[in-house]
Amino acid sequence: MTEAATTTRPSEATTSLTTMPLGRALNAGMRAALAADDHVLLMGEDIGRLGGVFRVTEGLQAEFGEQRVLDTPLAESGIIGTAIGLAMAGFRPVVEIQFDGFVFPGFDQITTQLAKLTNRSEGRLQMPVVIRIPYGGHIGAVEHHQESPEAYFTHTAGLRVVSPSTANDAYWMIQDAIASPDPVVFLEPKAKYWAKGEVDTSARAVPLHASRVVRRGTDVTLVGHGAMVTTLLQAAALAEGEGTSCEVVDLRSLSPIDYGPILDSVRRTGRMVYAQEAPGFTSVGSEVAATVMERAFYALEAPVLRVSGFDVPFPPAKLEGVYLPDADRILEAVDRVLAH
Amino acid sequence: MIPPDDPALVRILAADGSFAPTPAAEPYLDIVDALGDADLERFYRDMAISRAFDRQATNLQRQGQLALWPPSFGQEAAQVGSARAARAQDHIFPSYREHVVCTIRGVDPVDIIRLMRGLTHGGWDAADPKNGNTRPYTLVLGAHTLHATGYGMGLVFDGRTGTGEPEHDEAVIVYYGDGASSQGDVHEAMVFAASYRTPQVFFLQNNQWAISVPVATQSRTPLHRRAAGYMPSILVDGNDVLASYAVTARALDEARAGDGPRAIEAMTYRMGAHTTSDDPTKYRTSDEEQAWTLRDPLVRMRAFLQTRGAGDAFFADVDAEAQALADDVRTRTNALGTIPAESMFANVYSDPHPLVDEQRRWLADYEASFEEGAS
Repeated sequence: MTEAATTTRPSEATTSLTTMPLGRALNAGMRAALAADDHVLLMGEDIGRLGGVFRVTEGLQAEFGEQRVLDTPLAESGIIGTAIGLAMAGFRPVVEIQFDGFVFPGFDQITTQLAKLTNRSEGRLQMPVVIRIPYGGHIGAVEHHQESPEAYFTHTAGLRVVSPSTANDAYWMIQDAIASPDPVVFLEPKAKYWAKGEVDTSARAVPLHASRVVRRGTDVTLVGHGAMVTTLLQAAALAEGEGTSCEVVDLRSLSPIDYGPILDSVRRTGRMVYAQEAPGFTSVGSEVAATVMERAFYALEAPVLRVSGFDVPFPPAKLEGVYLPDADRILEAVDRVLAH
Repeated sequence: MIPPDDPALVRILAADGSFAPTPAAEPYLDIVDALGDADLERFYRDMAISRAFDRQATNLQRQGQLALWPPSFGQEAAQVGSARAARAQDHIFPSYREHVVCTIRGVDPVDIIRLMRGLTHGGWDAADPKNGNTRPYTLVLGAHTLHATGYGMGLVFDGRTGTGEPEHDEAVIVYYGDGASSQGDVHEAMVFAASYRTPQVFFLQNNQWAISVPVATQSRTPLHRRAAGYMPSILVDGNDVLASYAVTARALDEARAGDGPRAIEAMTYRMGAHTTSDDPTKYRTSDEEQAWTLRDPLVRMRAFLQTRGAGDAFFADVDAEAQALADDVRTRTNALGTIPAESMFANVYSDPHPLVDEQRRWLADYEASFEEGAS
């Protein structure tokens, strides 16, 4: 035990609430992981001296050194491929991909190597590698900087895919992802990096792969992930003003999916809308909708609807407000499921 | 065709087996001089045995026992020399034609057979001491060069190399070919290796053909000169086991000493097909194959050993051992069973995964439903 831990009085250890932005919560979670295990490494472009383009790793290289927080050459396949080799050598690399649209040069290493090595080695090799990807829109950026590539990864066996939507989840989910013996694609809703929330550093609320009800309601179940959870909550608040009670479920884990809270909710409300920034065709929302149809068909009063990004390339930033689902588009879908 | 000799070429034995070092080989003669008769005979024995195994595996494929076989025929000297140069503590990252390297390091030939028979995607445990730190094959060209580089970075970070003790300092050798040399991953691996000064040797077997594409299509520049943009790079006659041994031993020891990565281009020839699914007569001439047959690595080493006094008894003993191994491989291959259906659900993840578990249960129930119906 560290000296600090042994001198902490019980009363201080039981409650540790701090308010911080989601990006700082990720930083704090990674700092805890780096401090707890000297074989945890951070790797990525501009993450050391600069602290990352979003400053999520700010200060960590100064604290832990250049061999723990690596400013790598600018080559995504190289970063992920060497992270795999480091995992073979007993390290737990945490890779930062600078933007969602930049992950694809590393896609082969993620899907044909990282995802399959435990299986290929017949279980002899674990691959505790975390791939952090800032994803999604709402920041008015240029092409390749606002995409939602989650379906590529959820379709690949061997990967786990998660996305926190709050500071508290960010703090705990990054530590749980680093502790996982399996590769985890960790999707960070970049629009929420600056959103403050209360972080309880004394204990995690739910496991890494749990979905969670974040607002109780009785008429319609709204489900989504990442930054869209905030939009769902806005829609729910507006709907309440019109007399409709919406329950909101934060998916949190995109693979595997924890269907318990979703099915429980749909069995009570009989209606469901899934909202996501990603294009809707063969999307996470499609998978959830299909599974709810399979498992809760007789509880449904209306077809399950998806509100998604359009099936076009992410448009120039001046049109992102049209492309990205907002509270109005979600409420339009709520009206449609209530029409049945 | 046979490429013209480059002044950078390290060759010690001429094609007729005579001891005729090229000027570039001079710095390596001390390493060759240190080899005793037992070492030289070991090299020949390795090459002969692995050729017999390769021929047996090819035959087994032709008889329907294997889905596929990528022959190592013709590349024995490059593989024996480099594999014998590696120290016990070194780490081997093969591509998928390194049967000679793998068996020298201790991998059971039948474990390679199991991969090519469709029983596993891997085949052996790199962590089992009997396998000599040899990683399972990687079928995506060049992808593993990055894994080797990452492993080398780990050796540096953990202080397992560069201490100045060659008996303990660990190094990595990664094998790839002329086709893979065009892959971006190989170049990125060299970028990272140079940046982090990994204790690593990039061992390129230029066997002249990437299936049907000749090396001239891959590069207008000799491949060893490409690598020289990243690190010291050596050209060696890959059909000369002594030269292959010497340059690899020197490169690995320099790398383990902390001097950074090294590249080797071993000029050799794939005397067989790319795989058993391939038909080389569609893209290369018998004249070319004949020209390379005259440079056969086994013929060369056999002639050299004969000039040093190796007699018929030695060669007969080698032939007998090779035949015994080939027979054993055939017997054990024929005894390989199949694998249970539920094994496909194993090891997809290390931790439990609800979707995989659910599908495993479903398949078991589905299959059981037929058993009930039949009874």
